[in-house]
Amino acid sequence: MKARLGITIVIAALIFLAGYAALFVAPDEKTMHAVQRIFYFHLPSWIAMFSALCVVFYANIAYLITRKRKFDALGVAGVEVGVMCCTIGLITGPLWARPVWGIWWTWDARLTTTFILWILYISYLLLRGLLEDPEKKASLSAIFGIFAFLDVPLVYLSNRLWRTQHPQPVIAGGNGSGLDPLMGKVLLLCVIAVFCVMVLVFIDRYRLELLRNECDELRFEIESRSAQASSLAASFAGEVNE
Amino acid sequence: MTTARAAGILLGKELRLEFRSRELLSATIIFALVVVVLFSFAFDPTAAESRRYGPGLLWIAFLFAGSLMLNPSFSREQANETLDALRMAPISPFAILLGKMLANFIFMSIAELVLVPIFAVLYNISLAGIVWRLVLVLMLGTTGLTVTGTVFSAVSAHARMRELLLPLLLLPILTPLLIASVESTASLFQEQPALDRTWVAFLAGFDIVFMTAAWLLCDYLLEE
Amino acid sequence: MGISFQSIEKRFGSLAALRGISLEVQPGEFVALLGHNGAGKTTLLRIAALLMNPSRGSVQFVAAAKESSRPVSAQDGEFKPKHAIGMVAHSTLLYDELTAAENLSLFAKLYALGDVVNRVAASLADCGLESRAGSLVRTFSRGMRQRLAIARALLHGPALLLLDEPAAGLDRQGLEWFSAKLAALKQAGCTILMSTHARNESLDLATRAVALAGGSVQHDSGTAGDPRPLLAALRAEP
Repeated sequence: MKARLGITIVIAALIFLAGYAALFVAPDEKTMHAVQRIFYFHLPSWIAMFSALCVVFYANIAYLITRKRKFDALGVAGVEVGVMCCTIGLITGPLWARPVWGIWWTWDARLTTTFILWILYISYLLLRGLLEDPEKKASLSAIFGIFAFLDVPLVYLSNRLWRTQHPQPVIAGGNGSGLDPLMGKVLLLCVIAVFCVMVLVFIDRYRLELLRNECDELRFEIESRSAQASSLAASFAGEVNE
Repeated sequence: MTTARAAGILLGKELRLEFRSRELLSATIIFALVVVVLFSFAFDPTAAESRRYGPGLLWIAFLFAGSLMLNPSFSREQANETLDALRMAPISPFAILLGKMLANFIFMSIAELVLVPIFAVLYNISLAGIVWRLVLVLMLGTTGLTVTGTVFSAVSAHARMRELLLPLLLLPILTPLLIASVESTASLFQEQPALDRTWVAFLAGFDIVFMTAAWLLCDYLLEE
Repeated sequence: MGISFQSIEKRFGSLAALRGISLEVQPGEFVALLGHNGAGKTTLLRIAALLMNPSRGSVQFVAAAKESSRPVSAQDGEFKPKHAIGMVAHSTLLYDELTAAENLSLFAKLYALGDVVNRVAASLADCGLESRAGSLVRTFSRGMRQRLAIARALLHGPALLLLDEPAAGLDRQGLEWFSAKLAALKQAGCTILMSTHARNESLDLATRAVALAGGSVQHDSGTAGDPRPLLAALRAEP
């Protein structure tokens, strides 16, 4: 308990530090100026999202193979966290785009595919809500999760082959890319901070799901014992009557 | 019994069922036609615009119609729990899935064969000289649609609101397919038609990835 | 073919359908599975039919002495139990939009049976539906559908027959035909597991009675025992 509180405080401090650094420490970008600072949270939320979804993929496969409910719990926690990070990314993106390019949104390939990703994982949650039997819920959503994850590189690839309005990636790829070293350090700090927040929330959600499963197990035990007790009582009554 | 043979027998059953009533097929064709016509109210295309927007419109019509047509694949088996009878038979689960995929592919292809000429007429697009290449693109796109659609039909058959759920699950997954099919078709509709190898290869890749996933996951998909 | 249930448990979420069922059914036995609705009879039969995996425990099939000499190809090895299992379930397991003959042909082909046409014709004649061979199942009465469902289950000559309230919907004639069929199968050494919650004539053929309640075995007359006391406790068919 204490350890978790300690870790939570450390991570909270980290994110404050990252925020401060992003707003005040990082140098001003020459064309986009202050608005560019959103980038320090925009990119990390993508990284966090992608990591969460990789874990979901692993959890989905692991569930189908082992049938252990903890993997189903891991999957649902990961999807919820992934959707959260994706939402942050989809909100910070337009906030950045509007002052810089004058438009909130454009249907260029990369944005569109991210939007699709968001829809896919929300559909995952919707599917779970519409399935009643817990085992079916777990196995069918795992199957859908696997298909969705396999779709991600295809979506990305189709986007790369298509024209895009996104700026040349600043970190890697393309000519003229490169980053001021101080910007790089701030970015790294933000990536770590956001990643830690994501992991914290992920673990908490996972724990919550495990607790819910445990409650179900206990309820099951109670019911089966009371059923046994009542059938025992009935057979005694039956014997007495005879 | 080999998977292929069992799938063939089941394909025969699906075809027999459908061609007896032809309800699904006719509804699919008419629905796709309605989508195509509706678009003409949205904009009045010149020849150049038709060539530009036509492929997108065509494939959207196919996707919408397809995702409605795919629903009954597995929900039809729920009436008398005939899926249990198939699962009890000494055939692999993949044979059951494959039989339905092949049937859906054939139905969808028939719908497309009817729709493409009508579309060409309505939007004044000449199909001369590109027919075989167009058939290739249609086949690759339809394969992706039916493979994923049949799998998701099995998934959504167990859920509430399945008529809405299937398109909801399917259409986002198919966006790469949509992009690739539209681009391939568009390059064929140009003044100088050309088969865009990159996109065709992409389509083939998409089909292979999801067919493999379906094959690997079919046991889990069909079990109780 | 005999069947052995070893500590079978089955859960659906927080509902326990079967709690630790262990049962050995020898080849050739005719077991009447008794119990109220919800006792777990259907679940047990579905697990025996390999339609469902138990949450815990396992099912094993025991080939009778004379069966092991039947030639089975290498490909069939994977599906061997399925070749020998036949089931009549709550639902008819028939396609309403296919004819009676088409339904039986489909399953004859799926079970890799030879001489499909004659076999189907013989089966239809046997259950009295040959005059309706070309009619859609959708047009059949309840009793006719049940007869066809039974014919479908018996088509491939199963060595283990699983029956889930098979008499439901059968008329007088149908019941007589069904009892005669069961008697013949029992004579031929077929293992039969029949669930029922009311009396019918076929129960006279039973060699063993197992009563389920709340997902576990309450009473078992045993392989060598007398099932009649347990069967007598069943109320008569209304």
